[in-house]
Amino acid sequence: MQDYTDKVMEHFMNPRNVGRIENPDAFGEVGNASCGDIIQVSLKINDGIIEDIKFQTFGCGAAIATSSVTTEMVKGKTLEEALKVTRDLVAEELGGLPPEKLHCSNLAADALHKAIKEYMEKNGQNS
Amino acid sequence: MKRIYLDNNATTPVREEVKNAVLPFLMENYGNASSRYKEGRIVKNAVESSREVIAKAIGTEAKNLVFTSCATEGNNTVLRGYGVNFKENKNHIIVSAVEHPAVLETAKYLTKHGYEVSIVPVDQKGRINPADVEALIKENTGLVSIMLANNEIGNIYPVKEIAEIAHKHNVLVHTDAVQAVGKIPVDFNDLGVDFMTISGHKFYALKGIGALVIRKGKRLTPYLTGGHQEKNRRAGTENVIGIISMGAALELALKEMDSEAKRVSVIRDYLEEKVVAEIPYVKVLGDKEHRLPTTTNISFEFVEGEGIQLKLDYAGIAVSTGSACSSGTLDPSHVITAMHVGEDEAHSTIRFSLGRETVKEDIDYTVEELKKTIVTLRSFSPLYDRFINNIK
Repeated sequence: MQDYTDKVMEHFMNPRNVGRIENPDAFGEVGNASCGDIIQVSLKINDGIIEDIKFQTFGCGAAIATSSVTTEMVKGKTLEEALKVTRDLVAEELGGLPPEKLHCSNLAADALHKAIKEYMEKNGQNS
Repeated sequence: MKRIYLDNNATTPVREEVKNAVLPFLMENYGNASSRYKEGRIVKNAVESSREVIAKAIGTEAKNLVFTSCATEGNNTVLRGYGVNFKENKNHIIVSAVEHPAVLETAKYLTKHGYEVSIVPVDQKGRINPADVEALIKENTGLVSIMLANNEIGNIYPVKEIAEIAHKHNVLVHTDAVQAVGKIPVDFNDLGVDFMTISGHKFYALKGIGALVIRKGKRLTPYLTGGHQEKNRRAGTENVIGIISMGAALELALKEMDSEAKRVSVIRDYLEEKVVAEIPYVKVLGDKEHRLPTTTNISFEFVEGEGIQLKLDYAGIAVSTGSACSSGTLDPSHVITAMHVGEDEAHSTIRFSLGRETVKEDIDYTVEELKKTIVTLRSFSPLYDRFINNIK
């Protein structure tokens, strides 16, 4: 636990953009309860830009902090820019994660990509 | 900030009296207990009187007690070394699903080295049915190892009954009594087991000291060989201050046991009742009829344990969790998992283990912080959202 950076703790204690957008333009979920992490994101998209994004996470401190910082990183960005946000960049943004958390609890970028790709397919765009 | 330490099953602080008992053996009395001159004799006498005290406190004779570095060493010694008692190859070991890793992982390791291992299941309250143990006994069974009390849920197991059953089949019995000794009366003779392991730091002695009790007439292949210490049963220079600390701590624990057990169980029950009354969707796990007075394990639905632990830590409260995310292994607690109480339950559990320093006010503060923590974590839990808004 002491392996968490100050920035991870700060996001964990004060997560940004929590909740669920009603009637979202895009929605993505990854994980399941038995593995200990569920992360979902809902997005409001206008003209290819992420106007709003919210997350809900069942998971450890790292899962919550990565969700929070991911939403912060992509809010106001274009979908193409958002697709460039990877797990590694999320971890980097937080000043690093404990090694065992890099994969299991760093799923917000995956949820985001899933949401955007589905949105693009639905709207006939290629990613 | 004042810290509230509710993780006494992990370890305990050294008591003042224990510290004072140990101090003269740091600089003044530094001899090696194996030396025949005065410096050695002083230390030897102290070690032997500690042995007497500990043996008496747990219902055995001093000569049956072997000091070890920790309970993990004791458990390893028994599992790896019991075979010497049999002429034939008794390579089948029975352990419960809720044993400490020192037993469970050692048993698993031994399966790669010619041993067979059977696991006794537990029910949803984490209970062990002695008949399930008997059903697993085979021709080549040599050892049954069942803990006396569980570290995570506090259950106390019917070891005496299991020992009687096992002995009918000429099977040896070991019990890991680490969580029981110092908290509840433990009597080696009455339990009727052949081997028992204990650890000092669970009852306010130093870390790095344990003991192994070996029934008269039974043997174990030494795990450490070398010098003649511990009557050739465990080589290596004695951990003198550890041994002295364990004797001093256990003597005090025994003296205070009845009153302390009553006092702490009242506070533990208060914690449980308050949590259940004030926080919705919680479940107390374990066997309320047979458990340690210090321990409760509670699952908080829809939230993950490490998040709870982090927030409580921030508020000055130390607890542990069965969640995978805090163990470093990525697997949730094997104890809660073995209880089959629900696929995500293990991730949502918090263990509170109280100690002699815990007072009622600590619990009031803890429950206040818990309430806030659970509300916050549920506010962005997708599972809670689904449940409350009935979303599929």
